[in-house]
Amino acid sequence: MKLPIWFHRFGSPPYVYGLATALAPWLGGSTLILLLAGGVWGLAVAPPDYLQGEVYRIIYIHPQTAYISMMAYMVMAVAAGIGFIWRIKLAHAVAVSAAPIGASFTFCALVTGAIWGRPTWGTYWEWGDPRLMFELLLLFLYLGYLALRAAFDDRDKADRVSAVLAVVGIVNVPIIHYSVLWWNTLHQGPTISRLDSPAMDTSMLIPFLIMVAGFTTFFFWMLLRRLQAEIVEREHGTRWLQSLVRDGAA
Amino acid sequence: MGGNGAYVWSAYGITLGVLIWNVWAARSRLKRNLRLAARDGEPEPEGRQPRVSQL
Repeated sequence: MKLPIWFHRFGSPPYVYGLATALAPWLGGSTLILLLAGGVWGLAVAPPDYLQGEVYRIIYIHPQTAYISMMAYMVMAVAAGIGFIWRIKLAHAVAVSAAPIGASFTFCALVTGAIWGRPTWGTYWEWGDPRLMFELLLLFLYLGYLALRAAFDDRDKADRVSAVLAVVGIVNVPIIHYSVLWWNTLHQGPTISRLDSPAMDTSMLIPFLIMVAGFTTFFFWMLLRRLQAEIVEREHGTRWLQSLVRDGAA
Repeated sequence: MGGNGAYVWSAYGITLGVLIWNVWAARSRLKRNLRLAARDGEPEPEGRQPRVSQL
């Protein structure tokens, strides 16, 4: 299969750096609008839940952070796999840029879930609950990936070794997603992705989806910013970067 | 918040903190790396250049 002629540009650091510079403000602006709109709607406009009352409003941040934690891992693992197989350095840069964002969102999902669990389940944490355990494992995978990279002075070696861990760990993502179907768990089953119809009223669903969109644009905004920093570090001393810094276009 | 304000606001506060940390960390890392790139790209000060008599 032949790749489209424009595809090779995505392996070029100057092109990707320029693309990130152009896209980041748009993603940042969209994030601000979406999170403000979704946050105000979810906190102040959406009606309280008939069963959980007001505490259900954590639904406008907790599932979103959990979804970003898994998506970030997918991005990291796929990029690391591409970098490992085709030896594309920029793919490794994408992987290492996604890792700290994913780790922070996994931490956030665990903490907000624990806070939600106290008034609804009667406990902050339940050892043995499959979804909680595999989400915690996801955090350890992120931390392991970052620690493994830090253990090597040679960046190329760090790229290759950490890519193996990232790719192997991807098996955890579908387990987290389907854990509520495969095992008995305190965690509720799918709400939005049910094939028949979402088990949520439209007045609650709209701000929920706005927040999903807001967190998604936030992730890609941060990914591009971190990728720029990673490119500058990796391209240190190159002519294009020197001229970019000299011209003050950065 | 029907007596659950502490749960809701602490969850939102922690999430906001994570968002702000992400923006700050990405921004400061990019700035630091650009500053390093700019510093290393500057020509050596004339006084530190080797002269013919020193060679």
